[in-house]
Amino acid sequence: MAKIEVNKLNLWYGDFHALINVSASFIEKKITAIIGPSGCGKSTLLRAFNRMNDLIEGVRTEGEIIIDTENILANGTDLVSLRKKVGMVFQRPNPFPLSIFENVIFGERVHGENLKRDNLERIAEESLRAVLLWDDLKDKLQKPALGLSLEQKQRLCIARLIAVKSDIVLMDEPCSTLDPQATARIEELMRELKDKYTIIIVTHNMQQAARVSDDTGFMLLGELVEFGRTDDVFTRPKDKRTEDYITGRYG
Amino acid sequence: MRKLKEFIIEKLVLISGLASIFFVILIFLFLLKEGLSLFKFVNPLQFLAGKSWYPISEPPQLGILPLILGSLVVTIGAAAISIPIGVACALYISEIAPGKIKETLKGGIELLAAIPSVVLGFIGMITIVPWIKHIFNLPTGLTALAGSVMLAFMAMPTIVSIAEDALYSVPRSYKEGALAMGATHWQTIWRVMLPAASSGILAAVMLGIGRVIGETMAVMMITGNAAVIPTTILQPVRTLTATVAAEMGEAVVGSEHYFALFAIGIVLFVISFAINVTADLFLHRETKKI
Repeated sequence: MAKIEVNKLNLWYGDFHALINVSASFIEKKITAIIGPSGCGKSTLLRAFNRMNDLIEGVRTEGEIIIDTENILANGTDLVSLRKKVGMVFQRPNPFPLSIFENVIFGERVHGENLKRDNLERIAEESLRAVLLWDDLKDKLQKPALGLSLEQKQRLCIARLIAVKSDIVLMDEPCSTLDPQATARIEELMRELKDKYTIIIVTHNMQQAARVSDDTGFMLLGELVEFGRTDDVFTRPKDKRTEDYITGRYG
Repeated sequence: MRKLKEFIIEKLVLISGLASIFFVILIFLFLLKEGLSLFKFVNPLQFLAGKSWYPISEPPQLGILPLILGSLVVTIGAAAISIPIGVACALYISEIAPGKIKETLKGGIELLAAIPSVVLGFIGMITIVPWIKHIFNLPTGLTALAGSVMLAFMAMPTIVSIAEDALYSVPRSYKEGALAMGATHWQTIWRVMLPAASSGILAAVMLGIGRVIGETMAVMMITGNAAVIPTTILQPVRTLTATVAAEMGEAVVGSEHYFALFAIGIVLFVISFAINVTADLFLHRETKKI
């Protein structure tokens, strides 16, 4: 079932046409990778799903992005609940300069549903267990999160999203600052998480896309050139440009 | 030849660097020598805790408790006014104000910093002082409150500009991360930006307070200069700085009064030093935490 349906999405930064007629469906509880050379618009597409592009001045969008039957580009979309549902993991791990515990329950604090101590502790434990940090960190929850290793920080940032029960996790090159072993472990985590979450990952790394994703989209100069099953895209690309890119002729 | 040139330049730079330290030490020694001489006549406890300051009565009474409390009251008042407004102003400039207003405000703050204190004192004298007299129905408006208000204006530029720098240097990724979690703008500011900038904001506050304690001219003009122990902020007070400035000219060199003024200088020095050390400790703790 399609979790996110993109219809004829166009986006401009001022005069620059950054996304051109993008249409695609992202399937629930699958990992979809978006690949393409730098500046092709893949991060822009990702940031359209939680409206983070709104932070940039002079951005204009046309078209539709339907998440669970709701067009999130419509005026009057509640950005707070949208961003709660659609979480984001950034390229550089960005835990807040707070304790590990406060980082995990940050969402609960800002959405403020049940702030009782035992509830917060339960959420922290569940979320840290889900990203396999609990055993390492359970005795250091009050320590500052900025003292963690890069990989732990990135896991913590994922735990933060699990804590607010996001449905969709957007990952913007989540492993680009990590070493190969840490990358492998984060990929393992992604596979585990996809039972419960719809994951969309933007990556520079084609091997990573081939390893973890079910579907793959290839973007070039703002267009979604090809979109389909990862196996098909990598072995039988329909478009000549895709073939050139994945065989390393440019990019 | 080239080596010689290098050598000379290196030593010249070294001497310039040492000169500043040398002068500080000289000033400090001079201050100590003159100030400590007082304690041949008066014991230190009597000096610090003595309740009356009558330096030209016979024998002179040199208790500076009223002066210390005067400085304290004015400073606390100024801090209570300038810290909330200053930090809020910094937040507005760095986070909320749109481009044009931001530039205008920053320029305005810089201008505020450029106003000489005597001008602030003068303005205070003809505006705030009569207002306070009128509003609170007092015999005189020359009060600690008037001093606090004017000094708040002096502390504010320091607090605003340094706190604004601190907020500006909070990594953008924190802000994006918080917004992407669905936090509102205000939650992002309150829960992420302020804690992240806390050490810088604290430094801003400390430097602002440091400026207030050391300020002389404005307080001398508008606090009334009565060396009595203050019980409310609506009462004339006399600060440590104003005392030194007002009396140094008339004190007989080598008299107890003269030495007492230097001893006040030592007290001021110790207070400023304590503030700086506290600020440093806080800053240090913050960096260690991170």
